[in-house]
Amino acid sequence: MTDAGILSVLRPDGTADPLLDPGLPDPELLSLYRHMVLLRAIDEKAVALQRSGRIAFFAPSTGQEACSIGAGHAVREGDWIFPAYRDHGVGLMRGYPLASLIGQLFGHTTDATRGRQMPNHWCDRSIRLVSVSSPVATQLTHAVGAAYAAKVRGERVAVLATFGDGGTSTGDFHAAMNFTGVFRLPVVFFCENNRYAISHPVERQTASRTLSEKAAGYGLPGVRVDGNDVLAVRKVVGDAMERARAGEGGTLIEALTYRLGPHSTSDDPTVYRSEAEVAGWREKDPIRRFAAFLKGRGLLEDPAAEEAGAKEIVRAAVEVAEGAPPVPLSSMFEDVYAEIPWHLAEQRDSLLSGTG
Amino acid sequence: MAEVTLIKAINDALATEMARDPSVCVLGEDIGRGGGVFRATEGLSRRFGPERVIDTPLNEVGIVGMAIGMAMNGLRPVAEIEFSDFIYPAFDQIVSEMAKMRYRSAGQFTAAVVLRAPAGGGIRGGHYHSQSPEAYYIHTAGLVVAMPSTPADAKGLLSSAIRGEDPVIFLEPKALYRTVKGEVPEGEYLVPLGVGRIVRPGSDVTLVTWGGMVPVAEKAAADAATEGVDVEIIDPRTLWPLDIAMIEASVKRTGRAVVLHEAPRTCGFGAEISALIQERCFLHLKAPVARVTGFDTPFPFALEPSYLPDPERTLRAIRASMDF
Ligand SMILES: Cc1ncc(C[n+]2csc(CCOP(=O)(O)OP(=O)(O)O)c2C)c(N)n1
Repeated sequence: MTDAGILSVLRPDGTADPLLDPGLPDPELLSLYRHMVLLRAIDEKAVALQRSGRIAFFAPSTGQEACSIGAGHAVREGDWIFPAYRDHGVGLMRGYPLASLIGQLFGHTTDATRGRQMPNHWCDRSIRLVSVSSPVATQLTHAVGAAYAAKVRGERVAVLATFGDGGTSTGDFHAAMNFTGVFRLPVVFFCENNRYAISHPVERQTASRTLSEKAAGYGLPGVRVDGNDVLAVRKVVGDAMERARAGEGGTLIEALTYRLGPHSTSDDPTVYRSEAEVAGWREKDPIRRFAAFLKGRGLLEDPAAEEAGAKEIVRAAVEVAEGAPPVPLSSMFEDVYAEIPWHLAEQRDSLLSGTG
Repeated sequence: MAEVTLIKAINDALATEMARDPSVCVLGEDIGRGGGVFRATEGLSRRFGPERVIDTPLNEVGIVGMAIGMAMNGLRPVAEIEFSDFIYPAFDQIVSEMAKMRYRSAGQFTAAVVLRAPAGGGIRGGHYHSQSPEAYYIHTAGLVVAMPSTPADAKGLLSSAIRGEDPVIFLEPKALYRTVKGEVPEGEYLVPLGVGRIVRPGSDVTLVTWGGMVPVAEKAAADAATEGVDVEIIDPRTLWPLDIAMIEASVKRTGRAVVLHEAPRTCGFGAEISALIQERCFLHLKAPVARVTGFDTPFPFALEPSYLPDPERTLRAIRASMDF
């Protein structure tokens, strides 16, 4: 992997490149920051909950907040989101309620999806945030189909699909990129190249110099962006979504970033990467970088107070979700089919009556 | 009513449903100008345009995944896979994505896709053009699996599948595409999913079979009749969810059951039907439930006629059941 052609907006001195600055109003800038802080607070709490055995699993996004918050901010009403498991920030940015997000971690009755999947598998139809699947990159072809449907109806909407560098090795990725090119569909493929797929470095996923250059093989534009720079992500994804809405087709975006934490709560990253490497990336922390910019603009006074506030919001949400009643046993048999067929009715009845 | 082939009835169902509902789209390889390798989509592109009759790149993952996304966003896609043997690259999309979308999102998103695929042997197609994969899909929670054996059922079941709210694996017995003809009602015509058909009423043995084996069963039943044995043939039409009530009522009357299918025996759907009959009709049975099936080998090209169950093997099972 080279570092060639990576678009940044935030400079090392904490100012923004005026030529590339997406020019967001102050309240929006502050909202980006607050969502990044909230996302990290969720991560910290969720990992702690898993460590103490209160939830089963978690895949954190610490270090990648600029990606999902920046991309999420570029999504408009009517657009569709087909996210990977690490991209709860996109939904959060679109207004996915924190209560539902935290509720999903516990799988109790405050989980809108009724405890059907492990944590990190959110969805919310009201904002077109589509159900996350565990198999990597399967959502990419669904994004193609949703985009096709929108296109034939003449809707000016875009579809955002997010995934990791590992996802670019899958057949689903190839199929989705190829179909998007052939049918000229409004799909924005947002690849968060966080350098690792569990323990595999990105060099083990591909022999190409960059991931973005793969776009050329499918007749799509490919863009590389600094994934630790929320304004750069916002600009690049925003531009691609606009192109898509205008009927100009899809884009592949490669955002260069780094996962500071483990792949998931089941992972020990110390066995495959050095402390020095991690420390180097910690210096590029996207939240601290953006905070410096906001301070320079006079928009942020006390980051510590912001962080404390976010922690309190998350703590309160956890209290509600953890205290919610468990999902009823009978719900296991619902939503398999539109109506419950005879065999599921029989199995449900025997379970409920203790005769099964 | 006109006498048409099974493939023509499928074409009729697609055209009728597309004319009725503008959200119905078909997609697949070669289905547009080519009209499909079996001509199931012939004429549709001219009539409904290339936006609704979509020639896709050659990629089954893409076809199924795209169909899922289309269904999630308000269309009613009917995807054609050229042969059911070529679905396997997309197996994950079917069993983990399409089948589970409703469940995993608690009904917020659904993927009511119809996946049409020619299945079964009898056309000298060798291993890769002859397999009978129904058990894989029946085993998968969330899928409806249907397989017609007459032109009328092909039209009626496919139309119901397109209008339904669940994903449907619609297996078409390719051996019957042009070898069976029958009356098919014109215009809109529905055969409800989940309801079986009594192909031939009888009082001595219940023979459960579907798809390409129905004509084999009919021949065996005719032969049995000459020996004084009255066979009742039941075609479930929708394999899952199965019309167990029809089978149960029949077996309770006849006291004997034979299951006939061309898929391999072990863990084949016949095993499930046998178990269901044992559970529900045990005290009525005068003989063990018998199975006549393909062998647990890959589908053989040269030995296809011996691999596929024939009237002779079926008749032997009927006799064994009678003589038990
Ligand atoms: C098809 C598939 N194979 C294997 C896995 C197991 N697995 C889960 S996450 C993962 C790595 C994914 O890496 P990447 O796509 O780069 O995303 P990241 O986790 O870095 O965000 C693997 C191999 C899976 N979920 N799906």
